[in-house]
Amino acid sequence: MTIAHTSAAADNSTVDNSTVDNSAADNSAVDNDTASNPTATTAASTPTTTDADRAAAAASDGIQIRGLKKIYVSDDGPKTALHDVSLDIAPGDVYGIIGLSGAGKSTLVRCINGLESYDAGSLTVQGKQVRDLHGKDLRDLRRGIGMIFQSFNLMPSRTAAGNIELALLDSGLSAQQRRERIAELLRLVGLADKADSYPSELSGGQKQRIAIARALANNPRILLSDEATSALDPATTKSILALLRRLHDELGITIVVITHQMSVIKEICSRVAVIDHGTICEEGRTFDVFANPRTPLTQAFVATTSSLGKVNDLLESGSPLVELRPGQTLLKMHYISKDVSEALVSHISRTFDIDLNIIVGDIDVIDDSPLGGLVVIADGAKDRVDAAVDYLRNRNIGIEVLAS
Amino acid sequence: MTSPTSIIAASSIAASNIAASNIAAQWFPNVAARLPEFIDSIIQTFVMVLISGVISFVFAVAFAIVLTLTAKDGLAPNSVVFNVLDKLVNLFRSIPFIILAAALVPVTRAISGTAIGTRGAIFPLVVGITPFFTRQIQSALAGIDAGLVEAAQAMGMSTGRIVFRVYLREAVPSIIRVSIIAIVSLIGLTAVVGIVGGGGLGDFAIRYGYQRYMLDATYATVIVLVLLIGVIEFIGRQLVDITEH
Repeated sequence: MTIAHTSAAADNSTVDNSTVDNSAADNSAVDNDTASNPTATTAASTPTTTDADRAAAAASDGIQIRGLKKIYVSDDGPKTALHDVSLDIAPGDVYGIIGLSGAGKSTLVRCINGLESYDAGSLTVQGKQVRDLHGKDLRDLRRGIGMIFQSFNLMPSRTAAGNIELALLDSGLSAQQRRERIAELLRLVGLADKADSYPSELSGGQKQRIAIARALANNPRILLSDEATSALDPATTKSILALLRRLHDELGITIVVITHQMSVIKEICSRVAVIDHGTICEEGRTFDVFANPRTPLTQAFVATTSSLGKVNDLLESGSPLVELRPGQTLLKMHYISKDVSEALVSHISRTFDIDLNIIVGDIDVIDDSPLGGLVVIADGAKDRVDAAVDYLRNRNIGIEVLAS
Repeated sequence: MTSPTSIIAASSIAASNIAASNIAAQWFPNVAARLPEFIDSIIQTFVMVLISGVISFVFAVAFAIVLTLTAKDGLAPNSVVFNVLDKLVNLFRSIPFIILAAALVPVTRAISGTAIGTRGAIFPLVVGITPFFTRQIQSALAGIDAGLVEAAQAMGMSTGRIVFRVYLREAVPSIIRVSIIAIVSLIGLTAVVGIVGGGGLGDFAIRYGYQRYMLDATYATVIVLVLLIGVIEFIGRQLVDITEH
């Protein structure tokens, strides 16, 4: 009953670490009482729960934030880092918080484990008001919340195993039990052969894996990830995100992901909050936020992950690609709803007898639903093209006529 | 049982010993004439550096930790404690050591029972070097990445344990490095206490080399000190190499 050993070389490849040969249910290698509890793992995969249900779950067993305010007092006077932030992070969520640098996202995540204090509002973790915890109570809370960082923060004087052991020193385990737990954690992150390596001998991705193992040492229910992939190359980022996703699925752990990269949100988060100047300007299921971004900031973030915007550059530069002959219409179609599964392109082509020439395409899968769209040149009689546009609109497809 | 070759070897060693002592007597006549006293001085310097070094190291580490923890961005900010200690360190650092040692004579006498000789030198040396040593250790601790401390806090580690498991442990190579600098300074101070009645090489060089114009006594002292510092720096570098990963 061990977790399959994923190769250390996975860091430098796009190998999907989720190809583990055992399911979460029979996984006893991870000594975690809720690992086999189906409700913990299904919370994220059933995002149809209502906001009220989510708030209740966040209040009792997750992270509930209400009207959080944080003011820094510096020599230049007070500066408001967080201004009335309210969030519900339900147990089992992979919750993304995205914002530009200085937006307050790092401050927000540090309030969750009490590394930062807050000046007003309420922040409860598993029902406990973080501000009211001091001394041993606060340390106990922190032991139940793992944290990983952009700069890994591994102790240079300790080996990989030594770094993990550091988190276990105050756990009351015997030296033998600690050794077993370290070996188990190293297997979990696929670095069983690096136990005796010093951080300086490891690659960035390997360091982050050790940091993840260290963060999970005390079986936390919550993992905070503060820009954990921002210092990594794209392939390594993918493998670390795949590892986090796998840990979420196997352990049912709640993950709070702080990032400035929309691609990270797209890859693993089930919900996302966009933070701007200390306030949450948009919040919702990742699919909904990507499909219908409402604020300009969110739209800008979403645009960074989609190549559909390229068509605007093409139009502006008068590219021959988008030069239309009479009877042609340039259309942009994109998914705005989760329940679209028909073969729409070939369907409208057949039904309305028009030719569709794909210029730009960008379709991805988020939360098991296709997201993105196509820019096409539709060639056919005007009334038939109009009919096709109406048809798509009724099918919950976002459609824009860019030029005709 | 003695083979002829070993007899030759032994006699050649004896011959070279004689030659060496001849050269020593020729180049350093006054030192050769006072060899037991010179060797005593070396031992006294050793003892002074060792004892005052160990005592001031303990104080310096303690003060540096208090300064680091009570600083504004430290783990236990306390502006009163920080400012008092910080100003005290600055005060003692700004007094020239020779004046400090003279001013401390009554206190030294009260603490050590005497203000002269090796015993009398320890207290002023500790007072003289600790502020400098404190600043050195403080800068070594300041070199610890704040992220490491934050990671330890996030693990739920108490401040006391962070001091030992993170600050002191991760700073070991830098602490060794700054300790070498402090010990070299301390050797300089042991020569100064020679003037105000302390023993050691400084005393020897001043009494014979300076006051009685026996230049060779000064040079012999310089050679011994240079060798001593060279050895200390060599050992320090080895220790840094072993502890740094």
